[in-house]
Amino acid sequence: MSHPAHLQHHFSDSQQQHESSKLGMWLFLVTEVLMFGGLFCAYAILRAWYPEMFFHAHKVLDVMMGSVNTVVLITSSLTMALSIHAIQNNNQKAGVKYLTVTLILASVFLIIKYFEYSHKIHLGQLPGKFYTFTGIEGNNPHLFFSMYFLMTGLHGIHVVGGMAVIYWMMRRMKRGEFSSEYYTPVEIVGLFWHLVDLIWIFLFPLFYLIG
Amino acid sequence: MSNFAERNFLNTPAGWKSWLVTLDHKRIGLMYLYAIMTFLAVGGLIALAIRLELLNPGSDFVTADIYNRLFTLHGAIMIFLFIIPSIPAALGNIMLPVMIGAKDVALPRLNLLSWYIFCIGAFIALYSILKGGVDTGWTFYTPYSSSTETAVIAMTFGAFILGFSSIFTGINFIVTIHKLRMPGLTWFKLPLFVWGLYATAIIQVLATPVVAITLALLIMERLWGVGIFDPAMGGDPVLFQHFFWFYSHPVVYVMILPGMGIISEVIAHFSKKRIFGYRAIAFSSLGIAFLGFLVWGHHMFTSGQSEYAAMIFSMITFFVAIPSGIKIFNWLATLYNGKITLETPMLYALIFLFTFGIGGLTGIFLGAIAVDIHLHDTYFIVAHFHYTMMGGTVMAFLGGLHYWWPKIFGRMYNETHGKISAFLIFVGFNMTFIPQFFLGSQGMPRRYYMYADRFHTLNIVSTVGSWILAAGFFLMLYYLVRSIKHGKPAGANPWGIHGLEWTTPSPVPPENFLEEPKLEHGPYDYDKFMPEKTV
Repeated sequence: MSHPAHLQHHFSDSQQQHESSKLGMWLFLVTEVLMFGGLFCAYAILRAWYPEMFFHAHKVLDVMMGSVNTVVLITSSLTMALSIHAIQNNNQKAGVKYLTVTLILASVFLIIKYFEYSHKIHLGQLPGKFYTFTGIEGNNPHLFFSMYFLMTGLHGIHVVGGMAVIYWMMRRMKRGEFSSEYYTPVEIVGLFWHLVDLIWIFLFPLFYLIG
Repeated sequence: MSNFAERNFLNTPAGWKSWLVTLDHKRIGLMYLYAIMTFLAVGGLIALAIRLELLNPGSDFVTADIYNRLFTLHGAIMIFLFIIPSIPAALGNIMLPVMIGAKDVALPRLNLLSWYIFCIGAFIALYSILKGGVDTGWTFYTPYSSSTETAVIAMTFGAFILGFSSIFTGINFIVTIHKLRMPGLTWFKLPLFVWGLYATAIIQVLATPVVAITLALLIMERLWGVGIFDPAMGGDPVLFQHFFWFYSHPVVYVMILPGMGIISEVIAHFSKKRIFGYRAIAFSSLGIAFLGFLVWGHHMFTSGQSEYAAMIFSMITFFVAIPSGIKIFNWLATLYNGKITLETPMLYALIFLFTFGIGGLTGIFLGAIAVDIHLHDTYFIVAHFHYTMMGGTVMAFLGGLHYWWPKIFGRMYNETHGKISAFLIFVGFNMTFIPQFFLGSQGMPRRYYMYADRFHTLNIVSTVGSWILAAGFFLMLYYLVRSIKHGKPAGANPWGIHGLEWTTPSPVPPENFLEEPKLEHGPYDYDKFMPEKTV
């Protein structure tokens, strides 16, 4: 029986290994959803308590920057999918190219986020006890920024983590480790990246498009 | 075949360095086993110190501050470092692949990662001791936990990291059970321990991330004052309790379900009888896992949640008794007319039926709102919790430890010592905790280092009980350690029972089976034929 190099000893064939890795990743994504779920739950409760404050506070966010970032991330999900499609067809060159574009788009997202953050830090629109801004009506506006920074911050950490594994996949693809026979790692990194994208698609309307 | 496998997972490959990078589930499980036994000893010694302080009503050995740190440390160590990883990560890790005829868990590198994450988390959590300890109780309730001067960040950050180790074990087990069962081993031919681990893993995967974000928010609260749990800043301290119990209630089923799996194995095999109600036991594990997610509010009957919510939580809490009762009655029916032998594992299974029965039934008292208002935060809850966790999980763990010990080390412990130790632990345990039911119902509050004189007699009984309990554990430590070198070789099947793990040599070879295992019959087919004892 032939035994490909990528097949670990405890699996009987490549398909079993592929399915196991994918199931493991899906379960990990479930844990991610539940972890963010806690924050979404806290958001829902605080917004139900202070609906007017949330409405007034959201106006300080820049809808334009948020929209651009949404488009950027959705496009990066597309290039990620295109990269997997390419490697499934043994086109390593295109695969690497699409991963590079994905990385560039992720960087654009972070750069835009950097400008948003630094603007808010400058104005004192900060979480909890660091909040010094005075121009927002309603009770406890610092809670809006607590939620904003916690949720977009945790999402941002995931973007950085996603970029690290995408970069790793790019290196391995360049070394020729992947082919139509074996592309499982790229695919499960893709799954992760789509989740990061998806969480942003929920964050964007919840913060930028209130009311 | 010789009775002791000379080439086994303990010595192949050789050298301590090979253990540090091992991907072998048995070695990772064994390292977990050593670690959790150490933490059991540490947590147990702290418990002895607590009981010693409570021997007399006044202040004897420690100050109030030290006492608060002791019970917090006892709780945190026992929950996060011992009981959550105890059965799944140690015994489950070692036995699961062998029981389903696989060569390893599906994701061995993730398994090793989970072990190292466990070490890092344990290290950070224990670092809090050097920083002066934590005095919040293991539940870390806000707003006290966000304002106390003690080392809450180190302890909660440790627990946060430990959560990932638990999640990774859970993911690994689900994938392993789905994808790595040997050909022909369908779901309803699985040993019931595997069903227990499966239900456990589902809870680990679904509940643990919520406590991760909760503890992360608590750390943010302390570091940056984000205010989400702080009423002075418009936040909600009760939200912390909801989040915390959304994890911490289901997690008591992470602790008990694998234990129930062990009890199913031991009772069937030491009755030499087909287990009664296989499917009912299997599905009741999933039922408990499901209901476990819907009852967290019963920890908060006095926290100011809406009374309708409390009523619904109370009702669903009663429902948990149904799948638990299904298990108990099926085990009893399995015992009926069985060829029962009373080796040490079976003694622990029978102790479990008794002590967990009390633990489960007193849980129904506490699930009733009006009764709970009276008993809340008294010693009654301490006794109930210890009857489920120690009388339940720990007894099952000890049963499983004795049951699989010959498979892991290839040698038998001294059976007489085992029986004496089980007897001491049974007597000591009940003597320690039965008085606490009475103390609680008479109004002795928990978490105080002094108490009214009228509670003195029962507290003496309880403390003396803790000494008997300790004697049982010290005897166990002695004969188990001794058996590793001096025990009689066990052979492949020392109990003369069914189950794939008993068809491979003891200690288990590195690749689990010397030749491809064959599935000739189900795990409980004693009506078809009776395997032979090898010791």
